[in-house]
Amino acid sequence: MSGQHEAEWGGEVAPGDEHKVDSGASAGVRGYLIGFALSSLLTAASFGIVGTTLIWAPGIPVALAVFAVAQMGVHLVFFLHVSSGPDNTNNILALAFGVMVVAIVISGSLWIMYHLNQNMMPMNTITDLHLQH
Amino acid sequence: MSTIASEMPVIGDPHRLGRYGAGPEPADRGPAPKRVVVGYGFWIFLISDFVMFSGFFAAFAVLGSATADGPSGRDIFDIHNVAIETACLLLSSFACGMASIAVEGRRTLPAQFWLVITATLGLAFLVLEIHEFIGLIAQGDGPQRSAFLSAFFTLVGCHGLHVTVGLLWLLTMMAQISTIGLAPNVIRRLRCFSLFWHALDIIWVAVFTVVYLIGVGK
Repeated sequence: MSGQHEAEWGGEVAPGDEHKVDSGASAGVRGYLIGFALSSLLTAASFGIVGTTLIWAPGIPVALAVFAVAQMGVHLVFFLHVSSGPDNTNNILALAFGVMVVAIVISGSLWIMYHLNQNMMPMNTITDLHLQH
Repeated sequence: MSTIASEMPVIGDPHRLGRYGAGPEPADRGPAPKRVVVGYGFWIFLISDFVMFSGFFAAFAVLGSATADGPSGRDIFDIHNVAIETACLLLSSFACGMASIAVEGRRTLPAQFWLVITATLGLAFLVLEIHEFIGLIAQGDGPQRSAFLSAFFTLVGCHGLHVTVGLLWLLTMMAQISTIGLAPNVIRRLRCFSLFWHALDIIWVAVFTVVYLIGVGK
């Protein structure tokens, strides 16, 4: 009975499940090694690009952001085993919702606070008003 | 009959969103195994943790230049220290992956070995971070110095707090492996722990990029 139960749910994958069905532990080790190599490379690129004159200086933060997003993707795929397979639909949907909320919180905060800053009276004007009393 | 149906190739609905033609209806299959339910629940927690961190990141992004004539990131950050911290955490994440492979193969001794490596590297990260914090506070650049430093200590400290809790959890799991062994409930907890540890590494990627590297470049 329980065997049949497992078979019916055989297609479901919990977040972070190891891919062990087909190829055993060596494939798992290979996955982690690929992930580790890729993220080491991206980390080294991030730390290397700071302070270089290799690229246009205002472009450095953009490059850093690209490296960071790429590395988060590498971690998700190779360490947390998030995939685009049909068995991962629920995990992906939850993650996509989380990413949406994170994007709204961060970009919304920056957007609003930038405009509030624009509407503030400049600091030296406030000081002048205090001095007039 | 139902098992035969579930093994048939799915044509009309490859992602099984409707589940029609792809095995029995959910109501006929009984509840999902505990492995899936526990993992999914912990996944939801991790994502809510990301949402909480996004608030701290937003605060840091807004207050990052509010230095109140105090030091900016360029004056106080030691990039070499951050690089070593990053290496520690990345290697720790890799060791944690090796540990979870050993756990899946029910090999107790290799699992304990890799968990010890994971814990040691995590502890090294924490020691370096605490050393940095103590140094900053000692030279008068504590969280009360400026809004920038308040946001910095909150964001990075919150990540450090997560690592501390993760280390305590890891030591608990190592104790449980040695007393209970690799029982199904211990394995479920270890799966959740490895999700947590890898997620902390993802947050650290955002921290070293947004706080340290972009902060030093400013």
